Amino acid sequence: MAQQAQPGTVDSSGSKVKTLRGAVVRFAGDSGDGMQVTGTQFTAATALAGNDLATFPDYPAEIRAPAGTTYGVSGFQINFAATDVFTPGDSPDVLVAMNPAALKTNGKDLKRGGLLIVNTGAFTPQNLKKAGYETNPLETDAVDGYNLLAIDITKNTLSAVKETGISSKEANRCKNFWTLGLMFWIYGRELESTIKWIESKFAKEPMVAQANVLALKGGWAYGEAAEISHYRYEVPAAPVAKGTYRNIGGNQATALGIAAAAQLSGVPVVFGAYPITPASDILHDLSRLKAYGVTTVQMEDEIAAVCVSIGASYAGKLGITASSGPGIALKTEAMGLAIATELPLVIINVQRGGPSTGLPTKTEQADLLQAVYGRNGEAPLAVFAAASPGDCFYMTLEAVRFAVKYMTPVMLLTDGYLANGAEPWRVPNVADLPEIDVTFRTDPAGFHPFLRDPATLSRPWAVPGTPGLLHRIGGIERDYNSGNISYDPDNHEKMSKTRAAKIAGMTRDIPDQKMELGNDSGKLLVLGWGSTYGAIREAVARSRERGLDVSHAHVRYLNPFPKNLGELLTRFERVLVPEMNLGQLVKLLRTEYLVPAESFTKIKGLPFKIDEIEEKIRQVMES
Amino acid sequence: MSNIVETTKLTKKDFESDQDVRWCPGCGDYSILANVQKVMPELGVPHENVVWVSGIGCSSRFPYYMNTYGFHTIHGRAPAIAMGVKIANPELSVWVVTGDGDGLSIGGNHLMHALRRNIDIKILMFNNRIYGLTKGQYSPTSEFGKQTKSAPTGAPDYPVDPASFAIGCSATFVARAVDTDAKLLNDILLRAAKHAGTAFMEIYQNCVVFNDGAFDGFADKTQKDEHQLRAIHGQPLIFGAQKNKGLRIDSRTLGLEVATIGEGGVTEKDILVHDETNSTLAYMLARMPFPQFPVAVGVLYAKERPSYDETVLEQVAAAKAKTKPDLQKLLASGNTWTV
Repeated sequence: MAQQAQPGTVDSSGSKVKTLRGAVVRFAGDSGDGMQVTGTQFTAATALAGNDLATFPDYPAEIRAPAGTTYGVSGFQINFAATDVFTPGDSPDVLVAMNPAALKTNGKDLKRGGLLIVNTGAFTPQNLKKAGYETNPLETDAVDGYNLLAIDITKNTLSAVKETGISSKEANRCKNFWTLGLMFWIYGRELESTIKWIESKFAKEPMVAQANVLALKGGWAYGEAAEISHYRYEVPAAPVAKGTYRNIGGNQATALGIAAAAQLSGVPVVFGAYPITPASDILHDLSRLKAYGVTTVQMEDEIAAVCVSIGASYAGKLGITASSGPGIALKTEAMGLAIATELPLVIINVQRGGPSTGLPTKTEQADLLQAVYGRNGEAPLAVFAAASPGDCFYMTLEAVRFAVKYMTPVMLLTDGYLANGAEPWRVPNVADLPEIDVTFRTDPAGFHPFLRDPATLSRPWAVPGTPGLLHRIGGIERDYNSGNISYDPDNHEKMSKTRAAKIAGMTRDIPDQKMELGNDSGKLLVLGWGSTYGAIREAVARSRERGLDVSHAHVRYLNPFPKNLGELLTRFERVLVPEMNLGQLVKLLRTEYLVPAESFTKIKGLPFKIDEIEEKIRQVMES
Repeated sequence: MSNIVETTKLTKKDFESDQDVRWCPGCGDYSILANVQKVMPELGVPHENVVWVSGIGCSSRFPYYMNTYGFHTIHGRAPAIAMGVKIANPELSVWVVTGDGDGLSIGGNHLMHALRRNIDIKILMFNNRIYGLTKGQYSPTSEFGKQTKSAPTGAPDYPVDPASFAIGCSATFVARAVDTDAKLLNDILLRAAKHAGTAFMEIYQNCVVFNDGAFDGFADKTQKDEHQLRAIHGQPLIFGAQKNKGLRIDSRTLGLEVATIGEGGVTEKDILVHDETNSTLAYMLARMPFPQFPVAVGVLYAKERPSYDETVLEQVAAAKAKTKPDLQKLLASGNTWTV
């Protein structure tokens, strides 16, 4: 996806516009520089222009880290193209660095020959020192090999907004829109949608709105006036399936999935949560969806959050909770209760870097073994994982569907990369979504709370308020035949095996493992799970273009595995499992299928780059 | 309680489950169970709408012995689970049984937040000042210096007083009773049931095995009149076998003092009148040191405040009145474009 120029068209001003297949752009600046807004608005305009795209923000854990420091740098990357896009891209083709600290932390990622736009107005001796530069890097060979576009954005912004008469402090805060205006000029985007956004966002502060609009136009005008038309590009619209599209992030999709589950099942949701990065946005989104049958409950801690959900499930609502690493650890005991009492429950784990507090704003896939095994006693749990931001919607529906059908908790794994990343999403037709059937027991004849459906082994959902079904449940082991407390050794063994068989039996409803790309047999299968989807998909696609016999499959159902997975693995000479951990899925595969699957891991709090996986595929194929 | 409806009259027997009661012979829990079973039919709540939720400990076996819906959950978490039950179905009459360890040690956090939220659940805390099910370690209500299996040289912790803890958490209903006092238990259970919000009842419960006689100083029949003060709203705070002692405020220290009516010119008019809506008075009553002062029982504090479930229901109703759910529209919200 390099910025390789193709024969271009001529734009209105008469200068040559180079046509690109796609580009990766990163905006980086101080936390207070508004880089997330800039990135989001650039994304909206790009989506409207018809490109396929994927985005990823990278922001510090601190809310307002000291200005000018490297740990206060906030970034936003977008990959957009005239073809399918699966990841936010590896190395940026264009880096916008709003201050020295942004250049210091992001400069090394910029492609050689890439376009580096810097705000020289922020390269003051003080800022240089804060960023750890002894000399101004713009005056040294540090920027050799890049196309440097050094502009005093601060000064240009102040001059663009001067006529509004706003204070210089406020004027200075319009820098991001000036920069966005310039980027819009470079890629030929319409200003209209952003102007509308500014006007609605700052409706109560018309002067600020006016200043930001002037800044945006000022950046564009700078592009027109300055002798920089050789930096002007066009990325044609991508050929995508017909439909209505919107941009969607993983947490947003998860929240929509929860609301959809309430609507599709006709059973309202009680969503218990405790604020935690990076899961909190699910709570925020859902708290606005009360009309859709979702009641959100912000509890006193993670334990209470899962408990309130369990209580709601017991009383006949869909109990759902969401958290991340440390919060999931706290919920563990209560999950055991839901497993033992066989109540439906969905636990969403938006994984982050760990252990302990770890890397709250970074991504990782290191909770898989915890999800599958991490409870006291034999406590089997169904574990699913979403592969892309939009997929979070569908896998949330799946988690609910299985939880109510099998009367059991289901854990859905997403991660910080999915949660905060975004992609265009084709809005599904509600009529095409899966049905979620819920049956409540009402017949007292022959009832006991652990009477099982012979096919699914699930127990009846008998809720308080139902006449004739009075009963007690609890965490103490219960008799297979009556549901009453039982300490009988044979009964415990029978119940343990029954609980395990119930989860294992979900395979009857789990779709067979399909191939994402390539043949269903051959030399190498790259098998992934979760948010590595895009990077693996693209790396396998590139490898296949180079003639390598490699295929990609992506596991969404991790416990139990799809029933054909073991057989599928045997049809490949080698299996490579890239994961953002130290090798967890690979352990499960080896244990389950006794296959010599090979592990490829990365544990830096950052997603895989396409290049890294492509390179690994090349190595494996050559070895 | 809003969900009281006319129904076929139930009896105590209807609330007795078929499970063998497994508490130690002589345990105070038996008396509480019998009284609760007796009061339940008086609530006028449909049988199937009664739910008992508990945590872990001797007291938490309670739901198994009640012929109602019951959920024996995990240690300390009953208030949070009960809250989920109530939010899910506000028609239910939700009761929590907990103990001093379950409710104030491992589950102190959930208890605190249930109390301040004022969710419409009824909490019975059996306070025996000891860990029973784990066989006799000191609990958060055990007296300082108590020698137990886990503190052979005396407990180094200072105890918490459950009733004053509840008042401090902005609870809207706080009552106290002794396990064997059937009449008082009956009264406060009925009052609690009618209270639209969290009702907290501390019940002094004798553990015959690990802390026998812990409350004899005021709970024993021979001591009760002299050392218990039954707080009744609107009535003077009088106690004593002769009914001639009362509480009054020492205006210099703003503390309580015991005065004897008929001595030193003290008349009944000098005695404080119980105002159950006064949280400061309730707090002072809850924390009177024994035996210098009597032990206050009855409804110490009661004041209506919108309950959590009521507020949440209102918000949901308001949202539904404003927005007609249209899933297709929701999925396509925000900036969209059509290809």
